[in-house]
Amino acid sequence: MFVARSIAADHKDLIHDVSYDFHGRRMATCSSDQSVKVWDKSENGEWHCTASWKTHSGSVWRVTWAHPEFGQVLASCSFDRTAAVWEEIVGESNDKQRGLSHWIKRTTLVDSRTSVTDVKFAPKHMGLMLTTCSADGVVRIYEAPDVMNLSQWSLQHEISCKLSCSCISWNPSSSRAHPPMFAVGSDDSNVAYGGKVQIYEYNENTRKYAKAETLMTVTDAVHDIAFAPNLGRSFHVLAIATKDVRIFKLAPMRKESTSTGPTKFEVQIVAQFDNHNSQVWRVSWNITSTLLASSGDDGCVRLWKANYMDNWKCTGILKGDGSPLTGSSGQPTAMSTVVGSSVQASQSALNGMSAGRYFFPPLDPPRAGTRYGHLLPPSSLIENCDVEPIQPQQQVLPHRLSSRALLPLPEAEGQ
Amino acid sequence: MEEVDVEPPVTNIPAAAAGKHLGFAWGPGDILCNMMMYPCPLSLSLNTKLLPSVLVRKDEDIYSPILRKLFNESHHIFVGLQTIREDLPSKNKKPQFVSISKNYRSVIRACMEELQQVAVSTQDAEVATQYGDQVSILLAIELIWNLCEVLFIDAAPAGSLLLHLLDWVRLHKADVDEKARDVLQSESPAEHESYWDVVLGYVLQGRLEEARQMLVKQASLHPAARNMFKLMDTLLSKMPFYNPSGTQTLTEFDVKWRHWHEEVDRCLQDNSFASNQHLEAICKILVGDEDTLLEHKDLLSTWYHFLVTRLLFCHPTVKPTELHYYAQSCLTMFLDSRSAPEPLDSILLAAFEFDIHQVIKDCSIALNNWWFVAHLTDLLDHCKLLQSHNLHFGSNLREFLLLEYASGLFTHHSLWQLAVDYFDHCPEFGRVYLELQIERVPLDTERKALKVLRICEQRQMSEQVRSICKIMAMRALRNNRLGSALSWSIRAKDAAFATLISERFLQDYCAKGTFSDLDLIDNLGPAMLLSDRLTFLGKYREFHKLYGEKRFREAAKLLLSLMTAKIAPRSFWMTLLTDALPLLEQKEVIFSADQTHELMFCLEELTSSLNTEEDIEVTKVELLRLALARNLAMAIVKEGTVEA
Repeated sequence: MFVARSIAADHKDLIHDVSYDFHGRRMATCSSDQSVKVWDKSENGEWHCTASWKTHSGSVWRVTWAHPEFGQVLASCSFDRTAAVWEEIVGESNDKQRGLSHWIKRTTLVDSRTSVTDVKFAPKHMGLMLTTCSADGVVRIYEAPDVMNLSQWSLQHEISCKLSCSCISWNPSSSRAHPPMFAVGSDDSNVAYGGKVQIYEYNENTRKYAKAETLMTVTDAVHDIAFAPNLGRSFHVLAIATKDVRIFKLAPMRKESTSTGPTKFEVQIVAQFDNHNSQVWRVSWNITSTLLASSGDDGCVRLWKANYMDNWKCTGILKGDGSPLTGSSGQPTAMSTVVGSSVQASQSALNGMSAGRYFFPPLDPPRAGTRYGHLLPPSSLIENCDVEPIQPQQQVLPHRLSSRALLPLPEAEGQ
Repeated sequence: MEEVDVEPPVTNIPAAAAGKHLGFAWGPGDILCNMMMYPCPLSLSLNTKLLPSVLVRKDEDIYSPILRKLFNESHHIFVGLQTIREDLPSKNKKPQFVSISKNYRSVIRACMEELQQVAVSTQDAEVATQYGDQVSILLAIELIWNLCEVLFIDAAPAGSLLLHLLDWVRLHKADVDEKARDVLQSESPAEHESYWDVVLGYVLQGRLEEARQMLVKQASLHPAARNMFKLMDTLLSKMPFYNPSGTQTLTEFDVKWRHWHEEVDRCLQDNSFASNQHLEAICKILVGDEDTLLEHKDLLSTWYHFLVTRLLFCHPTVKPTELHYYAQSCLTMFLDSRSAPEPLDSILLAAFEFDIHQVIKDCSIALNNWWFVAHLTDLLDHCKLLQSHNLHFGSNLREFLLLEYASGLFTHHSLWQLAVDYFDHCPEFGRVYLELQIERVPLDTERKALKVLRICEQRQMSEQVRSICKIMAMRALRNNRLGSALSWSIRAKDAAFATLISERFLQDYCAKGTFSDLDLIDNLGPAMLLSDRLTFLGKYREFHKLYGEKRFREAAKLLLSLMTAKIAPRSFWMTLLTDALPLLEQKEVIFSADQTHELMFCLEELTSSLNTEEDIEVTKVELLRLALARNLAMAIVKEGTVEA
């Protein structure tokens, strides 16, 4: 069952990325208008734009949240060859009343010489680490040694992948059995250059990342890549968006105890879907990795799900119906059937989304008059968010502690 | 057991242009969609300012206020079921399972009635339709569940089986009673237009006693046909029913029943009822005439009612294994005029075929919630029915469905707490699902955080406990609530963070000259040992307390030990020495000569490491040296005097 709701994002140009925070109560959007907007979900479930500011001097490709253990922190990356880290500061109380928040730039990472195409925080058990990848084929891993001082980031690793990079994904597993690992995808479309997905693994001995695997079968341009939550399994699951959707299983092979090289993996393709019939741009897992979503040039978002026998199937399609978004004045507008064309075909309830009641012949209800009504989709609300662009105030917070103040203790009276 | 290949449902997203790129991001339980373009600076001229977002709710029913009761109450039954002891002999467990199944059904019934009342009383047509829908879904669920209970859980043998099936049909085909009420309330019931429908309805359901009472009314209108009515009354009263608790064997019953059947047949052959078409029809039904039964399709209304009626009058001793044959033929006979069977028909047919897996699968496809399949499968699994049907992935199926159901509950702001127990009873992935889900529960308030924390602590989920405390500590710190931040980081056993917050406390003290959150710092206890800085904070506060209580000697000793035992950070020594100043300048000697020596040593150690000699520091150091020297002199004099 879907409930569609539209928000006028009010970006002045294309929106490239949207990202939820860890608890799903905030989201951030970024756009070619060089800005990032932050949205907060109110008590009644509506989204309000609480901050909007110019972040870069070029299109902003991606925006991502750090784990809340590190506070309210965003990272963005841009065509302007930089990545930036932003922190929300608790502003004046009247700002809060107006529903606004302040984000200040903590650092600009300027090491790349080309467009920075993706930015991701590493899993939190590794500390506060940020990874970027860029069009010149370099993956950079930065670390903030002091999580309370986000203005200091040190470049820990620079890994050359030889191919123009488009996306990175960290393996979220925090198991001791799994060394830190990430996958990087390349959108280089030259098939002759071989595998476009590379897996890198941290080596405790050399303290460096080394290539563990190249997925040789993925030779077309890769646009997105996503490790699934591990669920305590011994193997890893990786979804890839290329000319189709692919799901790979990477099972670490038993290592010789004396071997110091990177883990070798048994790579197995679990599923491959060409239903989009076009380039696939994004893949993303839900929290428990029971659902994979993908979007493609066909204008659809498809949902994939495995049953208990591990067979993957498409369980839902979302697509634009081409209707204009009316009611930008903020008036609620009843959308025609949101469930729409699903009525005839929605037998698949694998995700509990089918309009199941359609299939039941009328039974005998206790009283007459209420039988076999079909599912009526709730009318969607269109919210309009008119928020003035907010200029972040660049503030320097005093961090220094002055231990030199004289501390007068009350003069004790003599006995 | 082929997977049915069904087209996935398509959802249209308003305001998203057809063919335009759709992007999305996962949120907990929701999916958000937006339009976007991909890294390609050339397409900047395209203009997309709208962000249509789509929330996908996995289990829309979760949001229904009345169905919440269903979830809450079935949760209790579920937990009760999990505690039934494994080691009981299965014979003893069966009545328990049947009673649990009945409990589940009564919860469904209660919900259904409540929904029905709301649907009837509401003014809002849309709400009425919505609730009406839910009622029909629950009706179907209860119908299927009841049949599964009869066939699989109770597993009644021949004889009793038919009695259970009759109860099943009577429960779900209650309109006879409604009609009967209308008829009886009318001025002359026997002339009511529905009179014969009621009589036939009773007969078709085997409610012969009630049929006889109705017939009496008709008989009194036709004194001439008294004998005919009397004969019918006798036939009806003599029809034998199997009594499972009685002494009669099934064979004896069968003989008796055949005898009666022949008698009815004889009456039919004799044309005893030829003068009254209604009585004739009843007689034909009693003898099990299929054509006559099918003529009353509108009264039967469903093929399974037809099946049960047919069994009642033709095969009252039907065995469970024979059911599927009759079910299939009844379905075919009944539906020939209609189109293909509906999902409900296939589900019931699969049940009659004892194909449990097919029932569960069809239900999960046709129903829009996981509640039913998850609970039914769990119950059937406890009855050991999934194994006996050679589904080697039986327990996986149960777990798969429970995980789906519980994950759906987790998207709800309060029902997520129920889901915890479901995850607890999924041996394979329950824990890791719970870990992944629970850390995403928004920690809106301290109270909610504590609730989540308790759940994690009970399950020794130490990483989640740490993370939640850390998030709360960080949030409190950001909002400058140092006390709360400190207590959360102590709870998280996060030494680094505790150090940082202690640092902040000291910093605040330096700035303001007072401590906030005294209660907390005064009662740190052993938690003080979490980090050096926290220890120092606690001890330093203790010093202030002693000082405030004018226990100067103890205070002085503590102050000194903070430096000599290296508890105090070097950066804080100057502050400590400055704190010593008023003690040194008391009239009474507080620091002994030895202690003064040590203080001087500390001061020298500090000044030697100070590289920049600022004016204020120089003044302060001079002041201290003077005070120390004077105190030393006084102390030596005093100590010398006492000793002498």
